[in-house]
Formats: sequence, structure tokens, C-alpha cells
Amino acid sequence: MEKKNMGLLSPYRVLDLCDEKGVVCGRILGDFGADVIKVESPGGDPCRNIGPFYHDIPHPENSLFWFAYCANKRGITLNIESADGKEIFRKLVKTADVVVESFLPGYMDSLGLGYTELSQVNHSLIMTSITPFGQTGPYKDFKGSDLITWSVGGMTQVSGYPDRPPLRASFPQSYPHGGAVGAAGTMFALYYRTISGEGQYVDVSIQEQVVRTLCNVRQFWDVCRINLNRAGQYRVGLSAASNNRLIWQCKDGYVCFNTAFSAGPSGRSNQALVDWMNNEGIKDEYLNSIDWSEYSAAQTTEEQFARLEIPISKFFMKHTMAELFEGAIERRVMIYPAYSAKEIVEDPQLKDREFWEELEHPELDDTVTYPGAFVKFSETESGLRRRAPLIGEHNQEVYAELGLSDEDLLILKQSGVI
Amino acid sequence: MVRALFEGVRILDFTWAYVGPVAVKYLADQGAEVIHVESSTRPDPIRAAPPFKDGIPGINRSAYPACFNNNKYSLALNLKHPRAKEILERLINWADIVAESFAPGAMARLGISYDNLVKIKPDIIMYSTCQQGQTGRHSKIAALGTQLVALSGFTQLTGWPDRDPTGPFGPYPDTIAPPIGAAAIAAALDYRRRTGRGIHIDLSQYEAAINFLAPVILDYTVNKRIQRAQGNHCPYAAPHGIFPCKGEDRWCAIAVFTDEEWQALYEAMGNPQWVRRREFATLLQRKKNEDELEQQLARWTINYTAEEIMYKLQGVGVPAGVVEKAEDVQNDPQLAHRHYFWQLEHSEIGKHNYEGPPFRLSKTPAELNRAGPCLGQDTEYVCRNILGISEELFSRLSADGVFE
Repeated sequence: MEKKNMGLLSPYRVLDLCDEKGVVCGRILGDFGADVIKVESPGGDPCRNIGPFYHDIPHPENSLFWFAYCANKRGITLNIESADGKEIFRKLVKTADVVVESFLPGYMDSLGLGYTELSQVNHSLIMTSITPFGQTGPYKDFKGSDLITWSVGGMTQVSGYPDRPPLRASFPQSYPHGGAVGAAGTMFALYYRTISGEGQYVDVSIQEQVVRTLCNVRQFWDVCRINLNRAGQYRVGLSAASNNRLIWQCKDGYVCFNTAFSAGPSGRSNQALVDWMNNEGIKDEYLNSIDWSEYSAAQTTEEQFARLEIPISKFFMKHTMAELFEGAIERRVMIYPAYSAKEIVEDPQLKDREFWEELEHPELDDTVTYPGAFVKFSETESGLRRRAPLIGEHNQEVYAELGLSDEDLLILKQSGVI
Repeated sequence: MVRALFEGVRILDFTWAYVGPVAVKYLADQGAEVIHVESSTRPDPIRAAPPFKDGIPGINRSAYPACFNNNKYSLALNLKHPRAKEILERLINWADIVAESFAPGAMARLGISYDNLVKIKPDIIMYSTCQQGQTGRHSKIAALGTQLVALSGFTQLTGWPDRDPTGPFGPYPDTIAPPIGAAAIAAALDYRRRTGRGIHIDLSQYEAAINFLAPVILDYTVNKRIQRAQGNHCPYAAPHGIFPCKGEDRWCAIAVFTDEEWQALYEAMGNPQWVRRREFATLLQRKKNEDELEQQLARWTINYTAEEIMYKLQGVGVPAGVVEKAEDVQNDPQLAHRHYFWQLEHSEIGKHNYEGPPFRLSKTPAELNRAGPCLGQDTEYVCRNILGISEELFSRLSADGVFE
């Protein structure tokens, strides 16, 4: 069932204590080849309660959130709040290179398992904490779910319609961002340890990473004192006017196209679209009067954008997403269709790339198709080696390595430690 | 003195726009030496994008590219010039990492594909990132990050059930790839240090973005369900939304997951009559009557500022947060406490703010010490001081137009 681990990080062991806020960090390190052990509380990790579920049967062994983000990890159960659990955890830390956690700031310290204590157990340990606002500062104890960090980081303000409340993405995005940047911080610390022998503590703030998703919005305030606002299906951030349409309706869905911000490739794309429209009999005088090689969206007025929009809209409504994408590729027009999961799964490009991976789930008597690795490397494996663990699936092999006997495990199981 | 984390690591950076430069910036902020190769014959497209200092366009006046390229040297080099090779080979010999974000094939046309780089320097690390990866039938499609939002599923998943979707702000998937790229580069450096072997990293921005929706994708591959946008709702929380506050376009996000949080919320509201109704007593009831619940809650939030709501609710353990505008982000007390922004002096923009890393490393702090460079501002320094080119050769190449 399990493929051989040939990954970049195959000598390293990561203990992953994260809930949904940081669980992606271990998945990325696992893709890179690390031996990631997900440490769950007995009875199962909170991530297992997050849907959707396999065949819509809500059960901790059926969470597709868990399947997705705990693939490439082994799994053990351990109550780190109990005396035995703490002792076992310290033993485990001796065998590990990295601990990743996403509890409230101070929680691990309160158990005597903070970085200061654990680094005495293992001098070269790296400990990464992924929290909504970081370990310090006036918001550090704030509760931060996805909607909160996405908002306090500034993203909701500029997403959605101007006549409706600010808007988040319907699948939480703060958390995978926290995990991804946690992986970067952890890798930086690991590299430094390889050079110097020293471990360290990595304090990740999800809010700070969300600010990075603002692209140039924050700079608009910084140098122009302009607060950009959300503009529905129009492009925000390329001019203060924001009347450059981005999402367009077509015959069977939506496509994404905008006249972009500069000449060069965007100018050629615009010209190719106008030629295409001309060929199909939508010959607009205004569109044809523009010298696209000199065009700049930043200097286009609201009225000019409005004049662009009418004929282009008419053209898109005549075609399906597939027709527009195919024609756009041929003519080098920058149009992408707005895909749902179905079209993504069917995309021939991803098949060419062998992106999809099949993992067997013997306990379900089924094989599940997964999105593949986050990154491809030329000479090492970075794909999926194993499905996400069942509750306590690797207790025996991991605890045996620590010298715990089957008898010990029986006692620990019955006392709720594992 | 504390040693910088990536001290001695040298990156030759051919990237442009957002994804490539930001990944490299993570390493530059932690002490890597970075030469960013640009050319006035083919400038970074975002040098032409706002915000410009005083609103006046100019190749060195936008804070947009500046903020992604601080701590880097800018070398102007026309890669298509016949004599660019003389510089290029020295640069490759100097570098540990070559980073690029061109359309696949562009590096090969310049004679610096991974295979060629390895011939010059066997243990080179190459970081390639583009929209759809280095291989496959669509690998060479040119498009912008704002359009990849649609392809990777985010447009369809951001919107209100009763309206056309809007997608999240901007070139959203562009912001997903950089931390993953930075992690991959560091992993490659670590691997090389242990094994002596280089590597080629192929980061498809599309594939990274799909992984940020992996459970949604599995819902289709396993259950054949196509998920659509659902406003700000969350299947297992209520209320879960963004509510109007006092002031113009001011909002506060509130997310209630547990009975304790619900109780704390209605107590903070002063136990109004409506919360005692059966329609709001349990999560199942609140989910059923979510529209009315939100209307009721909005009637309360509108009487307070967003900050008042946040502090009041967080004070009693209810997740709540101000919907921050750019101005609020810039002045955010939490970010200020953590010294997230660094003010640097740019020769044309003047003093402005730069994002530091979203993590703090306890023993190897980041240091942002040079503003985003003007195009080609370090050309002579890089050639003479870093590459050791003689004054005479530099002048001759300069006169030939190599450094345009």
C-alpha cells in the first residue's frame, strides 16, 4: 500500500499536533518526504469532524478534510494532558526533528511542553507554532476562525459586491495559508540547523500571511492614501476606478478576462480578441479604434471601460466556456473559464502532468482520487505515498520504537492515554 | 553577532510579477544574497501597475513591485543581447539557486535550461514556477494570476448563492505559491547540503492552488458533488457572517461555533427578547433561521464601531474581528506590536512600508535593509564588486548595450 519514501526530507521526523489551522504544514513536509506523525487526542483529532465526508456518512474515519490534509502522515493517539502522555511525548520528541502545533498561545507551556522545556529534551529541536495572530501582541489571545483572520488580514473588505457585506471564499483559505507559511518557516529553521546544529522556535501569524494575499491593496493606502473597495466582478487594484470587468457571463457559465494593465502580452491578447470578434461579425468601432500596443488600463476612464464591455459581453454570451477557452488558446487571448471541481478533475492538462493520484483505502474497499503533490521535484519523489491514518493506526509501531511493550499499551489504552 | 539564516546563499533571480519575486523575497529577508535580473527592453509588467508615488506612473514609481523585491540587487541585463552570455555565465557560476517564472521554454531559448545550468554548475538548484507547470499541453498558455483564480475554482467558490460569483480579490492564486516555493527552495538547499546534489523544482501555481481546495475536489471525486459559493456561511456555525457597524462601509466578522460562544454573544448583547425564541435556541434551529438571525444581529452591531464589537466579543470569548481596510491593516495594533512592517527609503518613492516574513525565527531574525531597487540601479556594483568584472570590460559591454 505504501510507496517507498524517496523524498528530499526523508531523514526527518515531524510531530504534527495541529488542528485545521496548521494541518497543511505537515502535509507539505510529508510531500517533501519527511516522516510526519500526526498526534491525535484519543478518540480522534478535531479535523476529523470537518466535512465533507466519504459518501456523506459523517464519521471520524470518513472526513475528506482529514483524507486530504493528513495523507503522507502516520497517526498515533496520545493524551498529552495526562502524566503518562507527557512523558511519552517527551520521549517522542527525542526522536523528532520538528514539532508543529496550533494550540492557543501558552497552552503547550501550561502542559510543560513549551519550546523551552522541549528544547531541553532535544537541543536541536525545531518547534513551530501556527496561530491566528502569533504568540505576542494585543490580539494574541483572540479567537480566530477563518472568517476572522481573513477579515482582520484585510481580504474580505476587497472581495464581493459593493452593495453586500465583505466576502470570504466558501472554503476556508486562512488555514492552508497558515500551513504553507508554517512549512516555509520550519524549512528555514531546518536548513539553519543543518548549517549550525541549532534548533529554534518558529512563531507563525496567520493574520500576517493573509496580509500578503492583499497583493498591492495595502500599498495603495501606503503611497496614495486610497482604500480600495470591493467591486463585484470588476478588477480592483489596477486603477482607482475599478471598472475593468474581470468575470463575464458566457453561454454556460463564466469566464475570466480583463484588458489587463499594460501593453506587451496583454496588448497582444486584447488585439487577438478584437480580431476574433471581427471574424465572427462583432465588429465594434470603438474596440477597433484602440491601438492595443499602446493601451494602458491604468489610464482608461470609467466611460471607456463601459464602452469596451458591451461588445465583449455580447461576444462571450454567444459561446460556451469550452469554446472560449479553446479559441483563446489558439489565438493567444488571455481567457480562462471559471471551473468547478468537475472541470478541474477533467482538465487534460492535469492528466498530462499526471497530477492525480490514486490511493487505496482498504478499510473502505475503495480507491480514492486525490490532487497530487504541492510541488514536483526533478530527482526525488514528492507525491502521495500513503493515505491518511486511521485513529491510532500506527500506535504499535511508533510506541514499540520508544520501548513500550504491548502490555504497556493495553494499560495506556484503557486509561485513556492513547 | 547573530548570523543571518541564509548568509552565503546566492540566488540568481530572473522572476517577475508576483509569484517568483515573493518566494525569493522570503530568503532575501533572511539574509540570502539576491541578484534580480531585469531589463528595460522587457520590464517587469508590474512596474507598470499602480500604486505609483503621487499617482504619477513611472518605471521606478510603483510600490507594487518594490515591496516584492526589497533586499535584492537589480542588475539590468538584456538577455537577448549577443554578449549577455559573458555576464550570464559568471552569474551562474556565482549562484547556488537560479529562480525563474517565465513561460516554459523561455529559459531554454536563452540557453539556460536546467540541463544547461547543470553542465556549468552540477549542483545548481533551479526553481521554476509558472501557471500550469513545466510540462503538459497547456504549460505555455500565457495568462495572469487574476485569470488563474477562475481556472483553479476560486471564482465559482466565492460569491452569494443568489448572485453571480465574484471570486476573491485580485490574482489570488499568485499568493498561494510563494510560501510553498520558499519551503521547497529551503528543502532543496538542505538536501544539497546533505547529499551534494542539486535539483529542479517545478511549482505549478494551478496545482498548488487546487491543493488549497483539496477537500472540495475530493467531494467531487468521491461524492460527485459540485460545491458552490455560499456567501459567508459555514455549514457548522451560526451566526457566521460579516455584520454592518457604525460608520461608512464598516463591518465586523462574527463566527459562533459552540453553545458557550452563542451564550456569550447574547449576553454581550444584553439578552434581548428575540434570542429567547425557540428559533435560535440550538445550532440546528439557528441554521434553519439563519437569515432572520443575521438581520437581528445586524440591528445590534450597527450601533457600535467594528472595533467596539471586536473587543466586546473577544473579551467574552466569541470569535470576532474588524474587517480591515488597507488603512486599518497599515495601522493595525497587532501588526505594529509584532513589527510586521518595515519602513525603508526608496530613492523615487521615498519612505514606504514593506511586509516582513509572516513568521519569527527565534535565533535568526529577518532584517529588511534595502528598499525595492530601481531598475538596474545595482548593475555596476554587481558586475564590478560581486562578479569581479574589470572596469574596462564593464565599460565596453555597457557601451554595447548589454546592460539595457
